[in-house]
Amino acid sequence: MTKSVHKGQLESPVVASLPTLLNEAGIPTTEMPAVKGAARALSIDSRFWAKAASVMAENYVRWSAVWGEHDSPNILIKAVFAARDGHVLLCTSVQETGGVLPSQTPFFPAANRPERTLQDMFGIRFSDHPDQRRWLRHLAWGEDQFPLRKEFPLAGTPQQETPPDCQYAFIPAEGEGLYEIPVGPVHAGIIEPGHFRFSAMGEDILNLEQHLGYVHKGIEKCAEGRDVQGLLRLAARVSGDSTVTHSWAACQACENAVGLKVPDRALVIRAILSERERIANHLGDIGACCNDVGFAFALVQFGRLRELWQRDNATVFGHRFMMDVVTAGGVTRDISPEHVALLQKSIVQLRKELKELIPMLCEYPSLQDRFRTTGILSPHVARTIGALGYVARASDECWDMRRDAPYAPYQNVTVAVPNCKEGDTAGRVRVRGEELFISLDLLDSFLSNMPSGKISADFHAPQTDCFGVGLVEGWRGETIAYVHLDSNGTVARYFPRDASWLNWPALEALIGGVIVPDFPLCNKSVNGSYSGHDV
Amino acid sequence: MFHVLFKSFKTGCLTEKLPPRDESLDQVGEACREEIARLFGKSMAVRMVDAGSCNGCELEMHAVNNGFYDIERFGIHFVASPRHADLLLVTGPVSRHMQAALKRTYDATPSPKVVIAMGDCAACGGEFGVSYASCGAVSNVIPVDAVIRGCPPTPLQLLQGILEVLKAR
Repeated sequence: MTKSVHKGQLESPVVASLPTLLNEAGIPTTEMPAVKGAARALSIDSRFWAKAASVMAENYVRWSAVWGEHDSPNILIKAVFAARDGHVLLCTSVQETGGVLPSQTPFFPAANRPERTLQDMFGIRFSDHPDQRRWLRHLAWGEDQFPLRKEFPLAGTPQQETPPDCQYAFIPAEGEGLYEIPVGPVHAGIIEPGHFRFSAMGEDILNLEQHLGYVHKGIEKCAEGRDVQGLLRLAARVSGDSTVTHSWAACQACENAVGLKVPDRALVIRAILSERERIANHLGDIGACCNDVGFAFALVQFGRLRELWQRDNATVFGHRFMMDVVTAGGVTRDISPEHVALLQKSIVQLRKELKELIPMLCEYPSLQDRFRTTGILSPHVARTIGALGYVARASDECWDMRRDAPYAPYQNVTVAVPNCKEGDTAGRVRVRGEELFISLDLLDSFLSNMPSGKISADFHAPQTDCFGVGLVEGWRGETIAYVHLDSNGTVARYFPRDASWLNWPALEALIGGVIVPDFPLCNKSVNGSYSGHDV
Repeated sequence: MFHVLFKSFKTGCLTEKLPPRDESLDQVGEACREEIARLFGKSMAVRMVDAGSCNGCELEMHAVNNGFYDIERFGIHFVASPRHADLLLVTGPVSRHMQAALKRTYDATPSPKVVIAMGDCAACGGEFGVSYASCGAVSNVIPVDAVIRGCPPTPLQLLQGILEVLKAR
């Protein structure tokens, strides 16, 4: 496996040069100092929305997220782009009535679903969008109702029973010997709900279309009007397997918004929680991937290691997933010296086990026979769709915020970023195996250099509106949170962006030519979050 | 291959006893087996339905299958279809988009069937409550026999919850 920085990443400009690039292309920009957290926040006229995207695309800047905020009579739109050394926030505004914005999708396929979601939730329209179907909206609310507008009540006006969404216009598959397989929303295993529509010829999958949104539970609307603690209870439940990630991102957004400095000890504890979350999920998923090709040995072994790891979480942090430990201003639990010793001991033990097990998997012929060349996401496609995390790294796109745009405490450590070029299931599993060892090293480093002092700072929202962005490299990849606190200190807008938004399309892209029985394996090797996506 | 066999041999048996509550695990386990025999025959098939959860409950459902808990030893196993199921284990506040699917899954499950709402969200809607997008508690959508609280319930709480539900029936 090679350790390299991808060409595209080297070619992408630094954040500081982005305003000049935009200005040279004839796009006037205004700095927006009120929004804190991203390296830069720029406002542009809505006419230039697509043109700005084309400038970014030409310069290898990565598209990352877009969201809206209702500020009657306008809808404010904010998009995040990732340059080589950090993120820039691009803001614009359209009218709530008949507002039209030129789409960024022609330049960044990653913007496709998020823009359709903005249409569903805010009632604005994106011109030149290649796919005008709705995305997150099924039938729980009307076509002319927009849940994220301020006048829309949290309770909505639901019907007695929401009908099943049977009319979604999948791309039809027609031809001799061609057939469609509808799967879900209730799946055969212990898994979240979503719908997959396969077109297949014999055993070969020709096309896969995803229809998600089944677990949309209105998290963003639910957050509005809550206090910060209430917001964090929600953030912890955006996606149960990423509870630390989303909590940290939301806290970072709040802390950036009010300009609060978090104690060093709390930051190190957060990083410990985050790396422990990464390890637990990698352990579970590596076992599950092996089980999907009938190699139950690995499921048992990795299930064992994950269980022991989670039990240590419960002992030290009071919860097997470490839920609600990250809080605004710091963390709720300190790590005692005895617990430091316990955690260090378990790291030694896990490393020893993994040194035995990971090579065993990488060498086991009947396992690798199923993993190798299965579900290939080429580096080119990974880059085009803007894939994140281990999915991207296994396809030679090795962004990692902990290294490229480090946030405290990662600026004090060296984060190795494993990658490979194959882009197949074997690559994704192998990259995650390597990440296990890297996270264990990071944990060692954090635990042996714990700063002393307080574990939280008092969080007070100021008496004026404030805006913050949080950016955290979760185990799935780059995770974003945006928070707007109003003058009462309550949440006016919360937007979480899970890495899954960019990785679900990767599954569609890598499944062509894969046989139907290998779909569960490919799905698991990507492991998009349904809840984190549907919010 | 020998590495795999050797590792399996070295790992040995992991299944452990539940900590005693009122009775010892063996008694609870035996009682459970008897209840399953009375209600369903020799074993009980569980179909899980995620109706809107954050996935925390599902992860703990996976955990009850790991070597430490191995829920199958009590005659309880997870199945792929509601048509094979005796028990529906439902998680999440029921999202409105999953309302019809949950009802259809319930209807497809043959009687006598037991429905357990797992986790705080399934019990009462949790953090999400009732909204334009969420029906809240599972009992707002289908009849529920019992709830197991927790966010998420630990594998132990889940296991003990299932045993108690069976005993009460």
